[in-house]
Amino acid sequence: MSDSEATATVDISPEELREEMLAIYPPKTKRKRQKQILVNDPDAIPEIAANTRTIPGIITQRGCTYAGCRGVVMGPIYDLLQIVHGPIGCGFYAWMSRRNLARPKPGLPNYMQYSMSTDMMEEQIVFGGEKKLRQAILEAYEIFKPKAIAILATCPVGLIGDDIHQVAREMKDKLGINVVAFSCEGYKGVSQSAGHHIANNEVFKNMIGLDDTPDQGEFTMNILGEYNIGGDAWEIDALLKKCGITLTATLSGDVNYSQVCRAHTAQLNTVMCHRSINYIAGMMEKKYGIPWFKVNFLGADSTAKSLRKIAQYFDNKGLTERVEAVIAEEQAKLKPVRDEVTARCKGKRAALFVGGSRAHHYQDLFADIGVEVVSAGYEFAHRDDYEGRHVLPTIKVDADSRNIEELHVEPDPARYNPRKTPEQMEALKSQGFTFEDYEGMMKQMKKRTLVIDDISHHEMEKLIEAYKPDIICSGIKDKFVVEKMGVPCKQLHSYDYSGPYAAFTGAANFYKEIDRMLNTGVWKLITPPWEKPS
Amino acid sequence: MRKVAIYGKGGIGKSTTTQNTVAGLAEMGRKVMVVGCDPKADSTRLLLGGLAQRSVLDTLREEGEDVDLSDVRSPGFAGSLCVESGGPEPGVGCAGRGIITSINLLEQLGAYNESENLDYVFYDVLGDVVCGGFAMPIRDGKAEEIYIVCSGEMMAMYAANNICKGILKFAESGKVRLGGLICNSRKVDNEKEMIAEFARRLGTQMIHFVPRDNDVQRAEINRKTVIEWDPACNQAGEYRSLAKAIEGNTMFVIPKPLAIPELESLLMEYGLFN
Repeated sequence: MSDSEATATVDISPEELREEMLAIYPPKTKRKRQKQILVNDPDAIPEIAANTRTIPGIITQRGCTYAGCRGVVMGPIYDLLQIVHGPIGCGFYAWMSRRNLARPKPGLPNYMQYSMSTDMMEEQIVFGGEKKLRQAILEAYEIFKPKAIAILATCPVGLIGDDIHQVAREMKDKLGINVVAFSCEGYKGVSQSAGHHIANNEVFKNMIGLDDTPDQGEFTMNILGEYNIGGDAWEIDALLKKCGITLTATLSGDVNYSQVCRAHTAQLNTVMCHRSINYIAGMMEKKYGIPWFKVNFLGADSTAKSLRKIAQYFDNKGLTERVEAVIAEEQAKLKPVRDEVTARCKGKRAALFVGGSRAHHYQDLFADIGVEVVSAGYEFAHRDDYEGRHVLPTIKVDADSRNIEELHVEPDPARYNPRKTPEQMEALKSQGFTFEDYEGMMKQMKKRTLVIDDISHHEMEKLIEAYKPDIICSGIKDKFVVEKMGVPCKQLHSYDYSGPYAAFTGAANFYKEIDRMLNTGVWKLITPPWEKPS
Repeated sequence: MRKVAIYGKGGIGKSTTTQNTVAGLAEMGRKVMVVGCDPKADSTRLLLGGLAQRSVLDTLREEGEDVDLSDVRSPGFAGSLCVESGGPEPGVGCAGRGIITSINLLEQLGAYNESENLDYVFYDVLGDVVCGGFAMPIRDGKAEEIYIVCSGEMMAMYAANNICKGILKFAESGKVRLGGLICNSRKVDNEKEMIAEFARRLGTQMIHFVPRDNDVQRAEINRKTVIEWDPACNQAGEYRSLAKAIEGNTMFVIPKPLAIPELESLLMEYGLFN
């Protein structure tokens, strides 16, 4: 990019930039992409196309269904022995690739440091891989004696028709431990989102509800959709503890199998990442009577808001007072660094293209320090994550999503126990309290910001050229493209090597990290060798 | 070396026709290798006088990489050479991938080398062109001439037409050509005329009309080709004629598969004559 080109497109309107992004596409691609690139209006949210097939030929940030199931939702359950059934490549990517950390409880093993795979080879492709899978399960059991085993399918398993569910049943009978199979073949959906749904279904059917032992605490809750990247869940856990709230399970971040099996004993479900785990929240409400609502522990102000909502739900004077005291204390502790960083970062511009909730959540952290978000979009979210849950009834289920089972859930005859009476629920609602709520990203974004679903490499380049954001948050696939264009890029899948960023304590880390990236100027100061005069 | 593949609807008599034709060619002094591409591994039973030796894939599985050609290839009637690809039991694994593995192994073992002095290799392929694996013999120049066994029954013709679509796809990028239709008679009305016309519309020929004759079944019960079982019978002569027709064939075309309505009108015209 030469300087003249760079200045030519400054101060372009979002409408013009959108047209410029779309201009090079052939008509069919253009028709599709123009529904996925929108100029936002929070007061009259336009309908966005999302969760559709990526256009071939342009780089996508997305992952596969297996990645969503094994990598995201199941991976962090540290004492669940997980065997990847497939060739070794997919197995390798099951090996601690996401920085979802765990500190196992005393006496519990940590299998996250292992990569267990059936190492499927040509012989298994031709003759079927069930035999080798049985052997692998027996071998793993022999060595590790785990409490439970998960089998994760990769693409060839579905192609050759290995019946992994039958193998799971057989092994469950033979070994007397829980063995659960996940048909999460990589090709099953348009993105990793399908894998989240598959993981949700199997965890709900085969794990949650197996152990009725409740936690001792007075106030118990789960956090759904928190994956402990860089230790986020630990910060949240510590914060809740300080308030006197006990976390039964965090799905799935630093969590063990028995916590998952006891998750249905909690009094409340809170949802962080709506996209990856709202299915379990909804099903637990129906089966066990546990209400859920959306929270966000990213950003100091959002954290405070989420804590207050939790306290309001439990409706206990002591808890409410403790929560207020903790918020006051933590905000006061955070204030100096927040003020200092805000002074240097206020007015800078960010764009976020990542995840199915991250592109939304981190806007709150940026808001804390006065950084303006000019454009954002998800990698694999659905319309409800953009526009809010009220659009759910109008979302058309396309053929790509239909092959994922929708569980029909009934109240559990023994365990259904509404945590709040209908009167209590009504009383809360009359105070403006919302359940099963997610307003989506667009409601919170400013008017005339640009919302881009499943952004392509080309669109990213156009955006950088035109808007010159001071920082972009995205993933590893586009990180270096962004940095080559002289813009710092914060990876929000694994946080690169940093974090935690959640709760008040984590927020301080994020502010400092963003301050460092925005104000170091290293990308602007260096001249790469290929641009030096020879 | 001529590289021939025989396709056709399941149950149409591909293996029987292939082996009897190979017997005819072998009797003429040609050196022929037959590669059965059916997981049931029963494509060489008549030439071998019983079910085959171990299949390529079984051997590969049991012996690992240390496999010799003699482990998987057996001598059959009149100096023919017989190989069975083999494959998984029904309902598991991927038989198509098995065929690919098997043919690659035969190549590595030198089964097609000049030194083998083969005049022909015949691939007897299961059913329709159902997936990439079963199309293997017509990809990458493994087979260059295809003969489709069919009859005057609608589903057999439908399958033949479908196979032509497969050939068309690979013909554009390779050397594979259609050599003709072999009509294995089911005594359907106007069968000979109809298949000759069907062949013409596909742009090919009916290379031979094999009449229905119970001697084929009698020979089969005795685990023999007709030529070996009763060299003097009429049906042995039919297979010799087919072998000669293939030996002398020069008509190799890229087929023009019919649209379904056209295929159906052909059946109306000939099949419902009475």
